[in-house]
Amino acid sequence: MNPNNRNGLSRLFYNPTARSLFFQALILGLLLYFVMTIVGNVMTNLHQRGISTGFGFLSQPAGFGISQTLIEYNETFSFGRTFFVGLLNTLLVSFLGVIAATFLGVIIGISRISPNWMLRKISMVYVEILRNIPLLLQIFFWYYVVLQTLPRPRDSLSFGESIFINIRGVFLPKPVPDAGFSFYVALLVASVVAVVALTIWAKRRMRDTGQQFPVFWTSIAILLGTAVIGFFITGRPMVLDYPELRGLNFRGGITILPELIALWFALTIYTSTYIGEIVRSGIESVSHGQTEACRALGINEGQRMKLVILPQAMRVMIPPMTSQYLNLTKNSSLATAIGYPDLVSVFAGTTLNQTGQAIEIISMTMMVYLTISILVSMFMNWFNRRVALVER
Amino acid sequence: MSEFIPKPARPAPATEIGVIGWARKNLFSSIPNAAITLLTVYVLWSVLVPFLSWAFVNADWVGSTRADCTSGGACWVFISVRFNLFMYGFYPEDSYWRPNLTFILLIGFLIWLSIPRIPFKKIGAILALTVYPVLAYVLLYGGFGLEVIPTHRWGGLMLTLVLALIGIVVAIPIGVILALGRRSEMPVVRMVCVIFIEFWRGVPLITILFMASVMLPLFFVGGTDADKLMRALIGIVMFQSAYMAEVVRGGLQALSKGQFEGADALGLSYWQKMFLVVLPQAMKIMIPGIVNTLISLFKDTSLIVIIGLLDILGMVGQALADPAWLGYPAEGYLFVAFTFWIFCFSMSRYSIYLENKLNTGHKR
Amino acid sequence: MTQETGNIITLKNVNKWYGEFHVLKDINLDVKMGEKIVICGPSGSGKSTMIRCINHLEEHQEGDIIVDGVILNNDLKNIGKIRKEVGMVFQHFNLFPHLTVLQNCTLAPIWVKKMPQKEAEKIAMKFLERVKIPDQANKFPGQLSGGQQQRVAIARSLCMNPRVMLFDEPTSALDPEMIKEVLDVMVELAGEGMTMLCVTHEMGFAKKVADRVIFMDAGQIIEENEPESFFNNPQSERTKLFLSQVLGH
Ligand SMILES: Nc1ncnc2c1ncn2[C@@H]1O[C@H](COP(=O)(O)OP(=O)(O)OP(=O)(O)O)[C@@H](O)[C@H]1O
Ligand SMILES: [Mg+2]
Repeated sequence: MNPNNRNGLSRLFYNPTARSLFFQALILGLLLYFVMTIVGNVMTNLHQRGISTGFGFLSQPAGFGISQTLIEYNETFSFGRTFFVGLLNTLLVSFLGVIAATFLGVIIGISRISPNWMLRKISMVYVEILRNIPLLLQIFFWYYVVLQTLPRPRDSLSFGESIFINIRGVFLPKPVPDAGFSFYVALLVASVVAVVALTIWAKRRMRDTGQQFPVFWTSIAILLGTAVIGFFITGRPMVLDYPELRGLNFRGGITILPELIALWFALTIYTSTYIGEIVRSGIESVSHGQTEACRALGINEGQRMKLVILPQAMRVMIPPMTSQYLNLTKNSSLATAIGYPDLVSVFAGTTLNQTGQAIEIISMTMMVYLTISILVSMFMNWFNRRVALVER
Repeated sequence: MSEFIPKPARPAPATEIGVIGWARKNLFSSIPNAAITLLTVYVLWSVLVPFLSWAFVNADWVGSTRADCTSGGACWVFISVRFNLFMYGFYPEDSYWRPNLTFILLIGFLIWLSIPRIPFKKIGAILALTVYPVLAYVLLYGGFGLEVIPTHRWGGLMLTLVLALIGIVVAIPIGVILALGRRSEMPVVRMVCVIFIEFWRGVPLITILFMASVMLPLFFVGGTDADKLMRALIGIVMFQSAYMAEVVRGGLQALSKGQFEGADALGLSYWQKMFLVVLPQAMKIMIPGIVNTLISLFKDTSLIVIIGLLDILGMVGQALADPAWLGYPAEGYLFVAFTFWIFCFSMSRYSIYLENKLNTGHKR
Repeated sequence: MTQETGNIITLKNVNKWYGEFHVLKDINLDVKMGEKIVICGPSGSGKSTMIRCINHLEEHQEGDIIVDGVILNNDLKNIGKIRKEVGMVFQHFNLFPHLTVLQNCTLAPIWVKKMPQKEAEKIAMKFLERVKIPDQANKFPGQLSGGQQQRVAIARSLCMNPRVMLFDEPTSALDPEMIKEVLDVMVELAGEGMTMLCVTHEMGFAKKVADRVIFMDAGQIIEENEPESFFNNPQSERTKLFLSQVLGH
């Protein structure tokens, strides 16, 4: 009888709900105490050192230049503006890296399972060497070893007197819109619409009549055709602004900084080794039985990849692929080691040094990466749910 | 009816076996394939031959100044002259035996623990996790009659190894606690763990190192200038334990629900269930993941050069700036790359070996 | 009150929900000391859920479950007590693959009952002999056949010296010839006077050892009776249908 009627206190002690409530309150309390102590310490420390707090500094003039700006910027703009300049530069190199790394990674992954022995071995060596060397070292290697072998501006490598490569970077002609440009853009948009319509029509026709239509090649022809022919029909609505050697360096056109090139190459190559492995294991994860079933059904090699292997492999590949993209974005912060003006280098570097407001600046920088991570993981959850549904 | 006489087996046609058969199948199975083979051979030839002649045939190996590099190939003298600096940083030369002994002991423990045939694993593990860290600390830092060598004199490969090892060893228990917390039924505990894990995983290590070097001093009373190495370590451990928590979580998820229920039905308490039934099994599954995390951490330690600590990459970078030795970045970086590669590659092989062993063990 | 009636397990108006889904509806059940009860019913009827509530692997939301005079409520001490009294055998054995057969058996006595290792091993060997596999004591579960594993699982529970044993489809993951070796052990156990609650579709076993057969459907106990009347003279249409399907082939 008595085990069921224990006195109040011991009953509370052995009650799991009470226990867990107590424990959680304890944790919250400790956490709160910890945070309060730190905040207190930070406040006194900042006060002693005479560092101001708050985000007022964001509207003060920055007073320093940035070597690559995708939006208008000069010394008179505010510290807040440097945040956006840096952020855009981070996004630029991440975007370029993701595209190139995917492309290279897919090639590597497919080579890893190629029927050709040489190709298989070479891609294996590529992966095994390059992913076991720290990324920072690879960035240094590209920047301080490879790019240093390029000639001085005076002796630039020149391609058709319009593209120049030298130790200061790559210089490209810049297209500048001219009269009739908007008409040309409208034409391009129309061609995209046409391609979409064609795809829908072809799908419908195939569903109704079973006839197939070479949508892919036709679309490419339409897009390219419109771009080229339209260019001349609309009276060449773009002029090119060519880079020119003036004094010690080139002016005009588009400049691609050597820092961007080194960072981009290193990020691409390093990440491509991981993507290669993802692609390889994705394709290998589709069982051999699927291939044999396709052969038995008379489905040809190309269709097999497109209709059977890839849709299944994709499901396995996309989640790890997304996390590689995320890694690449985070890794792009190594820019600061060679001075490419990304978010960390500009904002958490120069701006921090100028203002001394470490807490605010590092928090803002971390928030950017956290936001990107959260967005990507929301996408992944959505994707996983969708895939899980399809599996039923 | 005639008697059945089995036909004697004939050898396969030459096109199917031997070197020719192999080459036909693997190198020249189709025209594009043959083209790829020839192209790759050509590219390899035109890259490897100049590289090998630069790195080995025409290289200079002995000497003491750059004047000894005359043959036009790689100048390995640059490395050999500063080899000690790259290995030990500014650690006093007459005390090199201390890090040496530390790492020899470490290798001894690793062999003991990682080769399945050697017995008394439990004793080894306990010694490695209790006695060894104290011993290593005394050997490297000093005390008990040994001269104290402050951490700002540590550097080179030694620093890289110290950071990676401490990082991983401290991160494992924190990671286990975080992973258990993440599965907890208490919403507050779960939330705290999730936020902690996702925060550190969501930001780049560089920002964490910046935080450790500029923000951390502000967190303490009087803004004590804690040891720079210590600050970097705190950052690395936070970062690493979040990743470790995910490895542990994977290991826990791999266990069937039946294991938890079996332990519950026998009346084991939560901690008994975890330490007697769940973690011993999960650990085995987790070891490859832990090794992979160690590889990443090992590569990531190179980032500390950005906050001014001189690991092997930092030492080489500093040496490259020496006016007496300008112009040998290729040699310097290749040396560092090779050092990192040896460590990472052998660890990744070990982890693959473990994974295969685990897979076959499971299939049975 | 419970001791007075001689019941070792009492379920009173037990209700349980999984989220919105009502799995157990007003379950009432009294089990006397030494009684053997077989529970059957279609898949998803809540049989597993019911017996898992008895050792609190699942939590019920309404009603009382009283085991050996201890009310199963939100009290960690009571839960621990009940689990010491109640042994459970699972469909998929749930042996610990990282421990040997002997270690599987001694784990709980050593850590829960704080028994010295020597003694725990002696008891474990005694029960391993009773399930006829003392020679496998130092093997790992993965090295045994399914039937052997299930017998180890039974021995593991017996080592805690339980007053009640719960079986959740102990034979349904086994090949026919292994089923027999497990059922033999269970029959022997029944002969020794152990209180048993057993979810199974082995009707032969039910006829042989059960004092009572309980038929469940849709979370309710539809019928309970002695095996003889249950099989020969079922009261409800639902039971008849079920029996015709189970015994039909
Ligand atoms: N964890 C859970 N969450 C939600 N629903 C559950 C859960 N476990 C069981 N159920 C549902 O509860 C019902 C009863 O499940 P239970 O396992 O008790 O059935 P059962 O009678 O043992 O069936 P079987 O003979 O197939 O083992 C089923 O409809 C099942 O889908
Ligand atoms: Mg069941």
